[in-house]
Amino acid sequence: MDNDKKNIDEISGVETTGHVWDGIQELNNPLPRWWLWTFYGCIVFAIGYAIYYPSIPLINEATKGVSGYSSRAEVAAELQAASDANSDLVAQLASIDVADIAQNEALQRFAIAGGASAFKVYCSQCHGSGAQGFVGYPNLNDDAWIWGGAVDQIYSTIAHGIRYDQDEDTRLSEMPAFGRDGILSAAEIRDLANYVRSLSGQDHDAASVAAATPLFADNCAACHGEAGEGNQDLGAPNLSDAVWLYGSDTDAIASQIQNPSHGVMPAWLDRLGDVTVKKLSVYVHSLGGGE
Amino acid sequence: MFIRWVGVNECMSISGEPLAPIHDVEPVNRRDKQQPLYTARKKIHPKRAEGTFRRFKWFVMAITLGIYYVTPWLRWDRGDYAPDQAVLIDLANRRFYFFFIEIWPQEFYYVAGMLVMAGIGLFLVTSSVGRAWCGYTCPQTVWVDLFLVVERAVEGDRNKRIKLDKDPLSASKLLKRVTKHSVWLLIAVSTGGAWIFYFADAPTLAMAFLAGDAPQVAYMTVGILTATTYVLGGLMREQVCTYMCPWPRIQGAMLDEHSLTVTYNNWRGEPRSRHQKRSAEEGKSIGDCVDCNACVAVCPMGIDIRDGQQLECITCALCIDACNSVMDKVGRERGLISYATLADYNHNMRMAMPDGYNAIQPERVRKPDGRLSDSVKHTNIRSILRPRTIAYFVVWAMIGLAMSYHVANRGRLDLNVLHDRNPLFVTLANGDIRNGYTLKVLNMMPEPRTVRVTLSGLPGAEMSLPGTSGHTVDVFYIDVEPDMLKSQRVYIRVKPELLTDPVIGFDFIAQDIFGSERATYAARFEAGDR
Repeated sequence: MDNDKKNIDEISGVETTGHVWDGIQELNNPLPRWWLWTFYGCIVFAIGYAIYYPSIPLINEATKGVSGYSSRAEVAAELQAASDANSDLVAQLASIDVADIAQNEALQRFAIAGGASAFKVYCSQCHGSGAQGFVGYPNLNDDAWIWGGAVDQIYSTIAHGIRYDQDEDTRLSEMPAFGRDGILSAAEIRDLANYVRSLSGQDHDAASVAAATPLFADNCAACHGEAGEGNQDLGAPNLSDAVWLYGSDTDAIASQIQNPSHGVMPAWLDRLGDVTVKKLSVYVHSLGGGE
Repeated sequence: MFIRWVGVNECMSISGEPLAPIHDVEPVNRRDKQQPLYTARKKIHPKRAEGTFRRFKWFVMAITLGIYYVTPWLRWDRGDYAPDQAVLIDLANRRFYFFFIEIWPQEFYYVAGMLVMAGIGLFLVTSSVGRAWCGYTCPQTVWVDLFLVVERAVEGDRNKRIKLDKDPLSASKLLKRVTKHSVWLLIAVSTGGAWIFYFADAPTLAMAFLAGDAPQVAYMTVGILTATTYVLGGLMREQVCTYMCPWPRIQGAMLDEHSLTVTYNNWRGEPRSRHQKRSAEEGKSIGDCVDCNACVAVCPMGIDIRDGQQLECITCALCIDACNSVMDKVGRERGLISYATLADYNHNMRMAMPDGYNAIQPERVRKPDGRLSDSVKHTNIRSILRPRTIAYFVVWAMIGLAMSYHVANRGRLDLNVLHDRNPLFVTLANGDIRNGYTLKVLNMMPEPRTVRVTLSGLPGAEMSLPGTSGHTVDVFYIDVEPDMLKSQRVYIRVKPELLTDPVIGFDFIAQDIFGSERATYAARFEAGDR
């Protein structure tokens, strides 16, 4: 490197920068004009941009910029605009009875859309993202309803929950633990399980069914009905249909008689408010099994 | 080397021989004189040309500009439910209208087909007639031509413009400059303005635009296109073609020795001489070129076609016009500069300079009377008919025919069915298996239609619609608004004993109740393992 005098490349006759890599010299040609002007343009733009927008990072935050722009405020404004656009529908939902929503098509569409998104957030953890349910968590697509499938009944269930002791109006039902509490013997429970299977036309042991007939009338019919048709007022499931919350094989039914599982669902009215619960009710009702 | 003449555009008479006017002009973009990129551009002052190709270019300019400016204002009646603009890209509603054709977004493959046709069309045009796109129809060429017309009208032709550039600033110069740039800007604004009319109802948008009520994007689009038109067409001109456009670079791969290119026929032009009589008296061999530089003066790209084919040449053919008028004047045959193929050029060149010679012998291509020899090959239009171009044309036409056939026979009623995936199926209280579907009925006609939906191939199936408390039906009707899509949820339930397989295929059938058109969708009924 020789910085004292100008280095001229022999071949091109152009001055070099004096930098040499493996014998290759760098020519000191000026930059193309279009490039140079683009570069200056970018500098001017950058200065304006840095003044107008938040840009220069400081220790705890960045400069605000004269525009006061923030992406959070932009999102907030968009959310506000969306909620303003729907404020009319929300007001209608707040004042209408949940059973009457179906008469207003626009309102129902709005409620179903809102209910679907609320369902994904609050309900899908137990009932599944398609409301298909799991063992112990009812499938909401079918037409078997323990506490009733009319939209106002669904509203009541969502609003106050099931066996949720913090809500005074909660749905409450408890089946005695016939085995654990020694009301029935193991053999009687097995007979009863066969009897329950016979109600829905499943394979069963005829002798057991005969033996359990009086047992069912004495112990079960009060809540589940003479034919096992269930009672929605009491939250007693229908034992004669094809839908089973805890399974339909003899062992599962016997286990439920021995020491029943009782699901708990929280009350949502205080947490989500009336409008969202209405939306959820309409949505669940729309899944295909609503009564 | 160019000899500088003091007089410009003035009839020279050297050694008593009348010659064509000599133009004091330098081809600023000539390869060996090309400036480095960091130096300022040397301005080109193209002289006005007269002749066949110039007239053809005026004609093409009128057609292309006419199409561009007028198209959005053409009306086409589509009834009460669709816009009446003949060509409309309705981005908001995602529809493209082209006279009798309406395209929905899912029919975008037509646009893809058009692009393929445009690509193959460029192959076809380039391999047959060379860079005709560049020379005649490229918007850059057309608008530069238009801007040059304005420049000439305001400031005069080449020599006056050169003089004006050199003159010190005066009131009249300022007036000319302001007038020129104002007209340019006016053209630029109307160019940008015409563009937006393709995207909305033109009369409505025009009124809203003038009243200041048009959408912001309209003003921005007009602003950007005004800037690009003014800068690219008025200020940058040939630099766009030489430095920015990729097309000239692609040419090389597409041209072959049978493609038409603007060619200086040096086999009859060389050795060029400004003093033909004197040279003849001295017994020197002389070609047809009188070295008047007329071809350079008219060139909008600032090149000398006599240097041979070069990237900068857009084949606008104005040099042909310029040279032909000179040839007429000096009493020679036209076509010293002409459209020619490389193959013909090479043939003639071999005649003029056979093996063993190292200079062109123009007398070898002439008959004793001075006319061109009969064995000289003149390129004619038949040169574009050859296997390569025919193959391109066949492919191009086949795509066009296939698309036309498809457009003519495409359905205007469509049915798409989405099967519920979560849950795939539901067991109902009575043991029936239920599947849920979302039907999407597309009415692609600009009139309301009622569609009858039925099932086929699923024994024992009962349909029900939401909100009807499970009331089952065998058929239902959907009213679809004009040119719209309608979604409808449908449940299908089947008795479990009828379900023999875990998955059963069946068809949804949608039928226009007043027309014959029907659409089917092959759907599946999921029954689970049983």
